[in-house]
Amino acid sequence: MSVNLTLLIVMGALYACGIYLILERSLTRVLLGLMLLANATNLLILATGGYAGLAPLYDKDTAAQDYADPLPQALILTSIVISFAVTAFMLGIIYRTWVLARQDEIEYDLEDLRVAETPSFDAEDDAEIPAETSEFPLTMLGGDGSSLSDHAVPRDAPEAGASIKAGARKIPAADAAAEEQPGSRNVTPGPEGGVK
Amino acid sequence: MITVLAVHFAVAAVAPFLFRVWGRSAFYALAAVPAASFLWLLLQHGAVYSGSGAVAEVIPWIPGLKLELAFRMDALAWVMSLLVLGIGALVLVYCARYFKKKDENLGGFGAQLLAFAGVMFGLVVADDLLLLFIFWELTTILSYLLIGFARTRLAARRSALQALMVTTAGGLAMLVGLVMLGFSAGTYRISAILAQAPTLVSGPSADMVAAAVVLILVGAMSKSALVPLHFWLPGAMAAPTPVSAYLHAAAMVKAGIYLVARLAPGFSETAYWQPIVLGLGLATMLVGGYRALRQTDIKLILAYGTVSQLGFLTMVVGLGTPDAALAGLAMLLAHGLFKATLFLVVGIIDHQSGTRDVRKLSGVFRSSRALGIVAAIGAASMAGVPLLAGFVAKESVLEAFVHHAQGGPWGAAALAGIVLGSILTFAYSARFMWGAFAAKPGVEPTQFKAVRPSFLAAPALLSLLSIVYGLWPAPVDSWIQPYAALFASTAPDAGTPAEQAGHLALWHGFTPALGLTALTFALGLVMYFGRTAVARAQDLVPGWVDADRAYQLTIGALDDTAVWITGRTQRGSLYFYLAVILSMAFALPLTVMLLAGKPLPGDLYFIDPYSPLQAVVGAGIVIGALAAVKANKRFLAVLMVSVTGYGIALMFALQGAPDLALTQMLVETIILVAFVLAMRSLPAELRDRTGGKYRVVRVVIGLAFGVTMVFAAIYAMGARVAVPVSLEFPRLAYEGGGGLNIVNVTLVDIRAWDTFGEISVLALAATGVASLIFVRGRGDRIQVSATVAEGSVGRQVGVDPGSREAAALAISRKFAASARDAWIVAGRTLAPERRSIIFEVVTRLIFHSLIIFSLYLLLAGHNLPGGGFAGGLTAGLALAIRYLAGGRFELREATPVGAGTLLGIGLATAAASGVVPLLLGGQVFQSAIIELWLPVFGDIKFVTSTIFDIGVYTVVIGLVLDVLRSLGAEIDEHFEEDAASPEGEPSAAGLPAGAEPAVQGSVRQSADGPETVGATVETTAKGQG
Repeated sequence: MSVNLTLLIVMGALYACGIYLILERSLTRVLLGLMLLANATNLLILATGGYAGLAPLYDKDTAAQDYADPLPQALILTSIVISFAVTAFMLGIIYRTWVLARQDEIEYDLEDLRVAETPSFDAEDDAEIPAETSEFPLTMLGGDGSSLSDHAVPRDAPEAGASIKAGARKIPAADAAAEEQPGSRNVTPGPEGGVK
Repeated sequence: MITVLAVHFAVAAVAPFLFRVWGRSAFYALAAVPAASFLWLLLQHGAVYSGSGAVAEVIPWIPGLKLELAFRMDALAWVMSLLVLGIGALVLVYCARYFKKKDENLGGFGAQLLAFAGVMFGLVVADDLLLLFIFWELTTILSYLLIGFARTRLAARRSALQALMVTTAGGLAMLVGLVMLGFSAGTYRISAILAQAPTLVSGPSADMVAAAVVLILVGAMSKSALVPLHFWLPGAMAAPTPVSAYLHAAAMVKAGIYLVARLAPGFSETAYWQPIVLGLGLATMLVGGYRALRQTDIKLILAYGTVSQLGFLTMVVGLGTPDAALAGLAMLLAHGLFKATLFLVVGIIDHQSGTRDVRKLSGVFRSSRALGIVAAIGAASMAGVPLLAGFVAKESVLEAFVHHAQGGPWGAAALAGIVLGSILTFAYSARFMWGAFAAKPGVEPTQFKAVRPSFLAAPALLSLLSIVYGLWPAPVDSWIQPYAALFASTAPDAGTPAEQAGHLALWHGFTPALGLTALTFALGLVMYFGRTAVARAQDLVPGWVDADRAYQLTIGALDDTAVWITGRTQRGSLYFYLAVILSMAFALPLTVMLLAGKPLPGDLYFIDPYSPLQAVVGAGIVIGALAAVKANKRFLAVLMVSVTGYGIALMFALQGAPDLALTQMLVETIILVAFVLAMRSLPAELRDRTGGKYRVVRVVIGLAFGVTMVFAAIYAMGARVAVPVSLEFPRLAYEGGGGLNIVNVTLVDIRAWDTFGEISVLALAATGVASLIFVRGRGDRIQVSATVAEGSVGRQVGVDPGSREAAALAISRKFAASARDAWIVAGRTLAPERRSIIFEVVTRLIFHSLIIFSLYLLLAGHNLPGGGFAGGLTAGLALAIRYLAGGRFELREATPVGAGTLLGIGLATAAASGVVPLLLGGQVFQSAIIELWLPVFGDIKFVTSTIFDIGVYTVVIGLVLDVLRSLGAEIDEHFEEDAASPEGEPSAAGLPAGAEPAVQGSVRQSADGPETVGATVETTAKGQG
């Protein structure tokens, strides 16, 4: 079929500009980039319709192949309105981000950065634990040997002052014990709850 | 069988309540379940051992997948069930004294233990491979929970997880094997597979079957703790001792042995069976025995002893001869009896003395002779001392292997290995007794509380059974014979199955086996008495390979690799992700296009002959796009994007797509309004913070992507060969859809489903916008203007009285104040300085015209350019003008119906136009053409798809209204609240009160030093790179 290079070159330029913009950190520019991409895509679909100037409306004397292809047009119409809705939604996000954080920028995901910092040492897997030779250690038996709870004292806490090698850093043994608590992420929380 | 299972699970489900009522005595109630089942089992003896040799129950489960709840009890299952149910009941009885009254979480523990008994029973009677696998995995999960009973202890959690990982990994391999086997056999019914095993093993799928058997054996190895996967079993000793006794000695670890025993009659001849079963079994037996001699914890002595015995059992059961089969099951029973006895004894020692350490225990026998005797019976049976079960079973094992050794050097090696293993067994049995009970010189006698009979009952009964079994092995022999007969050769001179299998007996005469036993005892005694020398020798040997350590290193390496890969790929930078994705998006197609080297299609043209103006408009669009990229002012950038948008509209018009041009024009206008409304609070500057070297990358990616898209489009269009489906559309639109505007009919009729999906998205997006701005709901309720004070909206405050602005404000107030309010309804609510009389007049003049025009577009759209989208957008534009002229109360007056309601009505209307034809006997979204005559209008052709279009129209109005209300009216209100609130407080209006402090914190953070924060994060990211 025939290929209209004008439309395609304009499309290519819009794609290039749109991609350049969505690689920005400013949310506003990202949104503008998305709009350019939508426009570029609409042009692409339009270009599949063939030559300009064919009949858009039905006329009983027109042969089937002499109509402007209605399918791309229907798709574009859908796309235009959807893009509008998405743009409005993004505007809502931009405004909300501004209200909450006074910024219009895509930040680094602190959670992802924290994962990358995870030390190789995980107390749950790697802490040294002395062999336990009883479920009923003598230290816990009361006078009648049955008064105290069986599993109360953490016997695997290392000596105070000792330190444990945790990945690239050394952490005090006491902290290592604390890291054993449920929910610990093995990372000292930073000022913004992020990396140390 | 199904009843037995159901009762186990049902009682397990209510167990926590029983414990709440009865405390630890509830264990007795739980024990009653397997005990009763045990009695039932005894009653089944007749049925199982007569006639067909099995009892079967089948319930269809998922017939489509051929899944069945198929159960079958034959001799093997019956013997296994004896062990599972009998020892299960005794262990539960024992638990009632082992645990203390104040122990927590006993309810869950008891339930798990009872459910385990049920699951284990299900495992041995399951007659369907997949059902077997389900029970298999259930035992794994329950074992995880039971080992991890002391959940506050690190050791327990870690061992539980380790056991889970190892056995699940093996289970997965096994699942693959089971599926392969079931697939080759064409059925998953185990009995059927075994019946056709000879043809499977030699048939065309023999290789697949052999591979399947290997995979299944991997599962068995992991479960039965064979080398090199044995390390989880000693680790699992972190479980409470009754659990160790039941799961890790008598029941669960026997699942692997059971599987080997189950498959051996059919598959022991496959290629890899003997090397795996005999080789790994022997290695396990020796490693376990050797390690057991090194332990100082009596429980660990038993644990490694169990490892050793499991290897031993695997060898015997897997050998695949009738006498070995008989000996194997006999040994299995004997092992279950003595190992459970010994574990329960260990539990008592630990419970009464507070230690299991060989170096601390001393003189326990003196404190509790009964306990010592029970333990001695168990240990003697383990060592194979005559008159006990262990001796009887081991004699027949030796018989079988002596017989096997005549077959060649490998057989002799196996026999030698078994003898060596037995010597080790004797030695560690003796060491166990010595460690647990002996009075050791130089060690203080251990304080040992008296053992109550109820505590000792279970191990005592088990040891009694060991004696009975040893003295009178005939019943056991009769139970096993049918299973051993499965291996019997059918050769004419082979003799009867019973002759081939031999018999269990206390006295066989002076046989080679007896000689080997004597040798075992002698060397075992030597090892025991020379234990210090043995220990010294063991200390000299370096710890060659520590499987546990290897496991830890593997897991650690896996963790580190995962973190490393995550850190490299999951950098938390959207820019990075997009750059990678987009680079792939152009690199791949570009490479393909270059490599394919196809010529460009011939029919290319630069300027469309019918529309040369497109080139000019195109140039304008490109300039607009470039300017948008360069713009460093927010609104300039927005305007430039609008330029491209309007340019596209022109392009549509030039191409001959009036509907598109119209819609694009309207949308572009409304988007512009929305942008201005939403961004008025953001700074005018649009700072570019993505640094220098990245800019080059972005330019490259952008250009490459653009070029790729151009060429992809050219090739794609050039490759088009089929007749377009849309050639039929004009005819369909006219004849079927009754409209001349093909595009519109396509939307509302031919592709109505598509459009219906789209308007649902519109409704969602509209709700999303409203939720983002209003936060606490859709904000559909707003005061009517009558209640609002005159001139109160948008009043400027805080203007310096002496300044020029103040003077200008005074003048505008004077001029704009108008007593009459003729033009728009709520104009009076606006502050005078906000009003524009000209705008109000114009609004008054065009609002109604626009609404009428929108209705025209809606109704005419079927035949002329227009339609629901264009109409709805026009009406939205009219509302936007009202809002801009008269503020939010004007908008409220203009739309008595809320945006949410409009969206709902619109969707409902569109849905109804889809459903009603269905009710009338047609298709979904089928349209009908109704021709009628009306006065004034004349002949009217009404197409029912117009109703769908009305729905679209309504939804679009709802969307625009939501945008105006949220981005316009509500943000206005935020502004006014800010102006009214004290200086400098950043706007947080519209937030739930509870969220305020946290939000303010983060606002402060970035407001104080956005530069520094950004910089640190950047360096971190670069540092990783």
